[in-house]
Amino acid sequence: MSIEVRNLVKKFGSFKALDGVDLKVDNGELLALLGPSGSGKTTLLRIVAGLDWPDSGEVSFNGEDALAQGARERHVGFVFQHYALFRHMTVFENVAFGLRVQPRAIRKDEATIRARVKELLDLVQLDWLADRYPSQLSGGQRQRIALARALAIEPRILLLDEPFGALDAKVRKELRKWLRSLHHEINVTSIFVTHDQEEALEVANRVVVMDKGKIEQIGSPDDVYESPATAFVHSFIGESIELPVLIADGLITLGDRPLRLAADGHAPGASRLFVRRHDMLVGPPGSGAFEGAVRHVRNFGPVQRAEVALSGGETIEIDAPRDRELRAGDTIGLEPRRYRIFAGT
Amino acid sequence: MGLTLSWLTLIILIPLAGLFLKSLELSPEQFWNILSSRRTLNALRVSFGLAFAAACVNLVMGSIIVWALVRYRFPGRRIFDAIVDVPFALPTAVAGVALTALFAEKGWLGAPLAALGIKVAFTPVGIFVAMIFIGIPFVVRTVQPVLQDIDPEIEEAAGSLGASRWQTIIRVILPSLGPALLTGLALAFARAVGEYGSVIFIAGNLPNVSEIAPLLIVIRLSEFRYADATAIAVVMLVVSFVIIFAVNRLQRWAQSRIPVR
Repeated sequence: MSIEVRNLVKKFGSFKALDGVDLKVDNGELLALLGPSGSGKTTLLRIVAGLDWPDSGEVSFNGEDALAQGARERHVGFVFQHYALFRHMTVFENVAFGLRVQPRAIRKDEATIRARVKELLDLVQLDWLADRYPSQLSGGQRQRIALARALAIEPRILLLDEPFGALDAKVRKELRKWLRSLHHEINVTSIFVTHDQEEALEVANRVVVMDKGKIEQIGSPDDVYESPATAFVHSFIGESIELPVLIADGLITLGDRPLRLAADGHAPGASRLFVRRHDMLVGPPGSGAFEGAVRHVRNFGPVQRAEVALSGGETIEIDAPRDRELRAGDTIGLEPRRYRIFAGT
Repeated sequence: MGLTLSWLTLIILIPLAGLFLKSLELSPEQFWNILSSRRTLNALRVSFGLAFAAACVNLVMGSIIVWALVRYRFPGRRIFDAIVDVPFALPTAVAGVALTALFAEKGWLGAPLAALGIKVAFTPVGIFVAMIFIGIPFVVRTVQPVLQDIDPEIEEAAGSLGASRWQTIIRVILPSLGPALLTGLALAFARAVGEYGSVIFIAGNLPNVSEIAPLLIVIRLSEFRYADATAIAVVMLVVSFVIIFAVNRLQRWAQSRIPVR
C-alpha cells in the first residue's frame, strides 16, 4: 500500500507540530522518520494511523482519502514505544485480540484464530511464551509481542513509534537487524519513528529527516549522510565540526583569518562550514587550510580523537587515524578532505 | 508482629468476642424469636437491601466520576476532586440534617419532587439517598489510582486493532479495573450498612418501613434489652462478614488474572 501525505498542518495550541509536510511512501518501503524530539515525527505517524487528526492537509492510502476513516477502519498496525500490551491478557490473547474483535460476519472460527496466533508467535520467535502475561516478559520480548499483535490483523501499513526507544543498547541492536529481516519477509509498507540516527541509517531503505515540523531532507541513508541538504541535517546526522565563516570577495574567512579554501559557488555573507570529524586530514604546521594546537588526545580503537584549538580561536574535535601519533602541545596543519558550506548563521 | 497482633486483638477481636458472649446469654429459642420478629427482619432487610442498592449506584456513578476526573482536563477539576472527599470528612449528623433539609417537602429538591408525587425525606428513598451520599468517595478513591495507572495508549492500541469503543471498554478497561471496582463496591456497601448518623435524620424511622437495623439496636439498648440488641448486632456482623469475605474472594479471583507487574 502506498501512502501520500500532502501539506499536513497540525497545531497544539500555538505550537506547530507539523508545518506543511509532504511525503510519498511507496508500496513495500521501510521508511524512517528521523528527528529530534519535538520535530513532529510522532505526530505525523499518529495522523497516518488515525490516532490524531490534522488541522489541514490530506492523507491518502493508494489514492483513497484516509482521513475519512477512523483508526479502526484504516487497517493500520501500530506499535507503541511502551508496548501498550493488555496486561490482564496472556501473550496469546494479546495477539489474538485483533482477530477476536472483528465484526461477527468476518470473524474467523476459534481454530483458525489459534492457528494464526501460533503462526505469528512463530514469526516473532516467541511461541514458547504464549501462556505468559506481559509483566513476565523482558522489554525486547514485549515489543516483539506488540509487533505480532499489530500484524495479526494483516495490516495494510505498519507504523512503529520509537519501537526500540525503551530498550537497552544491546537488545536494541539485535532488534534492529531482526526488524529488517522481518520486513524483508512480510514486505508490508512500514514507517518507523526514531531519534536515533544509527537506527534510521541501519534499518531503513529511505530516511526522512525532520525538524520543527518540517521535512529537511528525504533520501537514502547514504544520501542523508554523504550529501546533507541543509545545515540541520549535517549537524544532526553524523559527527560534524561546525565553524562560523564569512564569505566575501571570493575568500572564506574564519574570524579574521582567510582560509585557503575556494569560495566558488557560495553566496557572499555569513555562513557555516561543516566538516566530518574524520574528514580533517592532519599535516605538518603550515600545510592545509587550518592551523591549530593539539590540546588533548584520546584513543578510540583505530582512531585517535584530538581536541584542537584553531589559531582563529575556535576549538574543534577531530578523528585521525593512528598512523601518525598526536601529542598534546603539537602544532598541526589541517586540511578538510570534504566540506560543505551552508548560508546563514 | 507481636505488637500488631496484640493491638488488633485489643481493638477488634476482644469487642467482637464480647458481642458474641453477650448474645450467648440468650437461649437458642429466644435468639431465634428475636431475629424472626417482623420488626427485626424488616430492619435488616432495609439496611442490607438499601445498602446494596446504594453501593451498586455508587459503583456506576463513581466510575463515571473517576473517568471524568482522570481522563479530562476541565476548569475546576481540582475542586471537584476535593469535593468528592466531603462525605468522608463531614460529620454524619451534619450530612443527615443537610439532606433532610434539602429533600423535605419544602426543601430545594424536595418541593419539585413532591410536585411529581415523589417523597424522599422520611421514606426508604431517603435512606437510599443518604447511603449513596456517604458511599460515593469509597468507590472514587479506590478506582482513581488504578485508572490513572492505565495508559490511554492501550485504548488507542485496541482501537487500531479494530475494536469498537464498546469492545475496548468491555474487553480492555473493565477487566483492568475489575478488582478496584469490587473493592470500591465492598467498601461503599460496608459503610452504608453501618451508617447511622445521616440516615436516622432523613429516614423517618417508621418501624417495618424505614427503620434501619443499627437504629433498632439503639432502641433496644435504650429499653435495656441488651440481649436483643446484641442478637441483632451478631446477625449484622455475620452477614457483613460473609459479604465482605465473598467480595474479597471475588477480588482475589479477578486479581489472579492480572499478575503484579
